Formats: sequence, structure tokens, C-alpha cells
Amino acid sequence: MTAPQTRTTPGGRLKPLPSGPRGVLIDCGTGETARACYRALQARRVNGSLEATDLIPGATTVLVDGVEEPELLAAEIPGWVLTDDTEHAGETIEIPVCYDGPDLDAVAELWGVAPEEVGGIHASAQYEAAFCGFTPGFSYLEGLPERYHTPRRENPRTSVPAGSVAVGGPYTGVYPRSSPGGWQLIATMTNPGRLWNEHREPAALLVPGTRVRFAKVDI
Amino acid sequence: MSHIEIIRSGVLTTCQDAGRSGWAHLAVPPSGAADRPSWRLANQLAGNATGACALETTLTGCTVRAHRNVTVVVGGAPCAVTVDGRPEAWGQPVKLAAGSVLDAGPAEVGVRSYLAFSGGLHPKASLGSHSTCLLSGLGPAPIKDGDTIPLGPSPAHPPLPTQWPAPWAGVSDELVMKLHLGPRLDWFTTDAANELTKGVWTVSEHSNRIGLRLEGPSLRHKDPGTELPSEGIVAGSLQVPPNGQPILFGADHPTTGGYPVIGVVGAAAQAAAAQARPGTRIRFAPIPMPHWQEML
Repeated sequence: MTAPQTRTTPGGRLKPLPSGPRGVLIDCGTGETARACYRALQARRVNGSLEATDLIPGATTVLVDGVEEPELLAAEIPGWVLTDDTEHAGETIEIPVCYDGPDLDAVAELWGVAPEEVGGIHASAQYEAAFCGFTPGFSYLEGLPERYHTPRRENPRTSVPAGSVAVGGPYTGVYPRSSPGGWQLIATMTNPGRLWNEHREPAALLVPGTRVRFAKVDI
Repeated sequence: MSHIEIIRSGVLTTCQDAGRSGWAHLAVPPSGAADRPSWRLANQLAGNATGACALETTLTGCTVRAHRNVTVVVGGAPCAVTVDGRPEAWGQPVKLAAGSVLDAGPAEVGVRSYLAFSGGLHPKASLGSHSTCLLSGLGPAPIKDGDTIPLGPSPAHPPLPTQWPAPWAGVSDELVMKLHLGPRLDWFTTDAANELTKGVWTVSEHSNRIGLRLEGPSLRHKDPGTELPSEGIVAGSLQVPPNGQPILFGADHPTTGGYPVIGVVGAAAQAAAAQARPGTRIRFAPIPMPHWQEML
């Protein structure tokens, strides 16, 4: 076994931008750097060197909200050295799904594969929960190879059932509850109630940083 | 303990406390009282600890019956207050006997009145907060006629026998808000930046706790073809979709968004925005972005 590969990124690539009188939006340039920056901010919060009400990862940014002196944080950021540890300690969660979504044929055509191949491709990628948005517990999962990035539907659906597994842009995700949605639906999660549970800590199953795999099941 | 009973819920009455900040990374909006200073003051006058849950009305007020003796303060948007049909004071502690009915009438100015009850309201909590969130559906559902809401134990210290510590200024027809420019000012044309200093926008009817939609001069994106990758948003953000008509985000705002934020208003302006009726004119006094990059 070789040691996990670790690279470092100079913090000079991180650009702090003001987000109101108490916020700093850190533009990280790439999703990978944003993940590393989020882990670094979490570590600083744990060791007491950062006080903030919220750390909010985005696609290529992290927002630090509720900071008393944002200018001090901003001055510190470019001096950081981030560790792009590809083997970081995020938990891996397996999501059993049935590839029976209504947009399976459309997605197969966009990908240039047969409809029955879509599930295998989607289930063979390893994903990381990049950030949450849209509705509580909805996680944007990163990891689909670039050639399978998928445009949104021209006509968004007014109602997508809870548990629908969808692809949109570079991401895939699972709808924790019924809501409108513009992504292409390819599968159904067998037990969507796991995604969001207010009485569990944390309430979301796929918190940012979680590693995710989809497992193909037949119903 | 006992409870209050809603006789008339009005167009929209919700339970609101300090909200549920700290969960934005799970896409949980902060929520909480839209006009924080009014909510806080009403609670103080009712003798409550900071953070107690109160009713937040919208334009039309509401009517409640007490099922135990309780002190009520109606604050926020000024309105007529009656107890069992007799006029009572707005903005001061009112003793409500068990069985009595308090009516908070339509807002005379502003939008949102706050009804703070001694002991606070204790509807079902969600992630540590009793606040209703219109965007996510977390917290108790908006109040309906006939609902009952539990009251907490009466506070140990009596309600403050005072006038408002500071008279409520009301909301004028035109608000001027300090706007902290950034984070995405550079996504906009120079014309847009200039427009911010002289333009006048009007609060649209399609405004709510999620945000105020503003109608007026368009703030044009420099490169309309480019999409901004989703990023975190703070309360008070002025987000501009491709049509150039800005949205000023309120308490129930989405935690991330894919349109650039040109500037952010602070807590005082957010409270004023929560009391701004459709038709209110809004102007901005931009505060330049700090030159963080150049300081290094």
C-alpha cells in the first residue's frame, strides 16, 4: 500500500471577496480547491481559530458568514496552504437505486449510449457531495466524468417525486422531497426518507464532503 | 402552560423566533423574524428572554384568544389593538385575561406586526427553531384559523412598564439603504454600477419573506452568456438575475444561488425592507468594496 497522494495548493489562489459587513466569499477557482478550502475552514473552526455562524460551500467557492472582523480573515486567506488530500476522511455512503427514470432514453441519447448502459455508467463513478442547495438536504454530487455532463431539461417539471435521481450540468443528485425540478431523471432511490431527517444529527444524509456511490438494484 | 387560539389568522401569520442559522451548509434558510429589532423589542416589553417565539403578521393583522392570563405586546407595524372590543395600547404590555380576545388590526403603515406573549410561544421546533420557513417548509406551517399554540411558562421577571425605548420611526414612502458593494460587482457593466447610485426601484407585489422583488432600472450583466456557478448567499444580498431586475433577499432566502450578488445591505436595512410595502421606493447609497486584494 502506498500512502494516500497529497498535494498542496498555495492559498494565493484563493480570492476573498466581501459579502456584506459580516461575510467573506472565498473564490477558490475550482471545485477541488473549494472542497479543500472548506475542510481547512472546518478545521479552523474546530480548533477555535475561526469564529463564524455559517460555512457554506458552493460550486467553486466557500462563504464564511457571521464573522466579526472579515478584513482580518480576508488578509489571512492568501497565506494558507491547502492540502488537496484525495483520500480525506469523508464517509462513503451507498445509495441503492433503480435505474427506471423517465428521462433515461433522453440521457442515453445525450451520452451516445444505449439506455440500459446509463445505469452502469452512473453507478460506476465515485461522487463527493460538493455542496447543498435548492432544498434542505439536496446535495450536488460531483464526480460524473465530463463527457457525461448533461444539459437541463428545456421544460422543467412542476413536480418531481421524492427519491428521484437526476443529472444536471456536471452534477447528479437525489430529490429529498417532491419539488419542481429541471434536471433529467434517470433513477429512483429505494428509501428517500434517509436523505433528510430533522431528528437525526446531521439532518442531511449527504453533507458536504461525503463520498457517495450509487448501487444498481432491480425492483 | 396552556395556549392561545387563533380566531383570525389574516393573509399570512407565522411563528417566528431568532431562526435557525448555522445549518446553511445543508441548504437550510436562516428564517426568523423578518424585522428583528421590532420582534426583539416586543419580546423585551413582554418580559421575555431574548429569542422567544412571537407571531408575525402580514398587512392584515390577526385575532387571538388567550386560554390563560398572559401579557401581550403588539409591536412592529403600528395597528389598532382591541381586547374584547375595547381599544388598547399598541407597543405596550397589555394584560389579557384567560378567555379574552385580542385583535391586532391591519397595519396602518409597514407590513409586519409582532405579537409577543409572556412566556413565548412553543409550537413544534425544527432544528432548534420555532420559525416557519416559507421557502423550505421547515418549522410550523403558517397559522390557520382555529390553530392552538402552546405558551411557555410565564417569565420570572415582570414585563417592562415602559414606553418603547425608542419611538418606532415607521416606514416612509422612500427608503435609502446603505449597500455594501460586492461580492460580484465585477460581473456588472459600469452603467449598472452608476445606476446603483442614482436609480430608484419600486417594491413589487411579488415580494415576501424570501425577498423583495424590485422594479426599476435594469442592472446589466457584463457578459450575459456566462453563468455563475452556484455560491453561498447572505441575508440582505441584492441578487440580479439576467433580466437585470434585482431581488433583495430576506429571512427565508435560499442559501445558494446562481445569479451574481452586486451588493449586500446590513441588518438595519433588512429590518426596514421587511416593513416595505409594495410600491415603496428604494434607493441605494453604495459603500465601495474594500480593496482586500491590494492590501496584500
